[in-house]
Amino acid sequence: MLKRNQLVLGNKTLKDVTDDICEPIETIPSKEWMGLFLTAKTLFIFYIITIAMVISTGMGLLGVNHPVGWGTMIITFVFWVGIGHAGTLISAILFLFRQKWRTSVARTAEAMTVFAVMTAGIFPLMHTGRPWLDFWLFPYPNQRGPMWVNFRSPLLWDVFAISTYATVSAVFWFVGMVPDLATVRDRAKNVWRKKIYGALSLGWKGTAKNWSQFEMIYLVLAGLSTPLVISVHTIVSFDFAVSGLPGWHTTIFPPYFVAGAIFSGFAMVITLMSLVRIGFPKFKDYITIDHMEVMNKIIMMTGLMVGYAYGMEFLVAWYSGNEYERYVFMNRALGPYAWSYWIMVFCNVFVAQIFWVKKFRRSIPVMFVVSIFVNIGMWFERFVITVTSLHRDFLPSNWGQYAWSMYDTAILVGSFGMFFTIFLLYLRVLPAISIAEVKPVLGVGRDDEHAHGGH
Amino acid sequence: MKNKKVIGGIAGIFLTEDKVVNAAYKVRESGYTKLEAISPYPIHAMEAACDIKRSFIPYITFASGFVGLLAGLGMVYYISVVDWALNIGGKPFFSLPAFVPIMFELTILFAALTSVGAFFYLCGMPKISVPPIDLDLTCHKFAIFIPENETGYNFESMEKMLIELGAVEVKKVMEF
Repeated sequence: MLKRNQLVLGNKTLKDVTDDICEPIETIPSKEWMGLFLTAKTLFIFYIITIAMVISTGMGLLGVNHPVGWGTMIITFVFWVGIGHAGTLISAILFLFRQKWRTSVARTAEAMTVFAVMTAGIFPLMHTGRPWLDFWLFPYPNQRGPMWVNFRSPLLWDVFAISTYATVSAVFWFVGMVPDLATVRDRAKNVWRKKIYGALSLGWKGTAKNWSQFEMIYLVLAGLSTPLVISVHTIVSFDFAVSGLPGWHTTIFPPYFVAGAIFSGFAMVITLMSLVRIGFPKFKDYITIDHMEVMNKIIMMTGLMVGYAYGMEFLVAWYSGNEYERYVFMNRALGPYAWSYWIMVFCNVFVAQIFWVKKFRRSIPVMFVVSIFVNIGMWFERFVITVTSLHRDFLPSNWGQYAWSMYDTAILVGSFGMFFTIFLLYLRVLPAISIAEVKPVLGVGRDDEHAHGGH
Repeated sequence: MKNKKVIGGIAGIFLTEDKVVNAAYKVRESGYTKLEAISPYPIHAMEAACDIKRSFIPYITFASGFVGLLAGLGMVYYISVVDWALNIGGKPFFSLPAFVPIMFELTILFAALTSVGAFFYLCGMPKISVPPIDLDLTCHKFAIFIPENETGYNFESMEKMLIELGAVEVKKVMEF
């Protein structure tokens, strides 16, 4: 029988696990963390100012105009929602498949989901142009008629999908964290610390009855999140696919978007985990090279899937016999936005294939660089889909370019400030690895499998 | 919860999973069925040892999901067919396929939130944390707790039994 690699290195005892994982939240942050945090926070403040300017002046500051009516906001919205999907994949889908390696990365991946969806949610709210009226998106009895929302519009489906996804992911993340918050509570020396974590842990006791219920609710939420995450990016793809526009109106969009979302999300997980391993060296025993390798394999595979989708889009455009459809795709690859198309193809289809070589998929510097490429590539994928399908309409008078402005850049770059600020704060105040989930898998791959009294 | 009498009891602290599971079996065999086993992580063998029945949360999930589905259908039907029937692209007023995403999302939302509510209720959460029996019970130690309202509660004999079962420490608990 093949011997399994250890999931947790360093022959840890139960106490070591608690100590290691709680260390970042109980000690003064390192210089590296402070440096990253101040950078992210500065960028976040810059983002807030940009948003204030866009809202107070109007959407005209951005490049959206006739004929390209959807721009940076929608592109970056889809980008961030997609990032979130890998977190749910790790925390829910891999849980249902009983993948034990997921335990040490699940918490942070799920946190990434919650923060990415928060970052994403701002874009459509701003893109309405009058964000102070955004409550009109929800169906509620009103005195405007009553004038209701249109349930046949995919944009409204998106309102429901994203808000459900944000709620359920946040609840799933928090419920899974309750026992660990109790651990932090019981270790607290400071009175206020004890009170705050005591309140957050909701009085968790850890009796066998509680654990039995806990495991069941975890399973139920994982089971609910799994179809939910697939539905969310399916519905995001409907925003495009339900329209009648060449380049958008394709049935391949839902699976293509979901595969792309997982692809980009895993790249972001690799980016973040590489940084976490540098920032908190003790986590290297929990988030091992084996974990990173498995995720790199998924990146490689989903990279092939999006590559297949790019090819299939061309095939179907040709096979459809529809000259508008054919034109849109020729225009993508050879037209004025060909540069963005080839950036996308290079980053998404080719770069990740380096992981066929074992040495590269186990090298942190290589995977970090690849993950950055994939992130860039997946942003460009949404750029290509959105802009190239819009910029040349059926009539020559409807031809134009996307008038990218400095505010587009500011909004895009600033959103990373928001995401990283929240993420860095999370690493400091909440247990970044699931303590209670890691402990039962300590014995996996050890010679003395029963050393800690394991299963 | 204010009127509920504070319950104390006796607790034995254990250092390994094997011993605490074994102790739970033995304590139950001795006829003390109100025991609580406390551990820092879920132990599957403990469910058998403490005779814990399968949680009925999934039934609540199914029922609330079904309610969510009907609520979603009811809402879109009332709005799109009854109250504000608009001709959109010549589609029928009751265009069910277009309503599926809304119904699906509400199914998930209702099911998830109600299940979490049920979980909190079944675990008696949220509540103010009482001082734990031992601070290390959420870290690396295990415990068997027997409440004082157990039939035949006797501190001395129970202390002896827990120590024989491998408890490294036995504590009198004022409030659990």
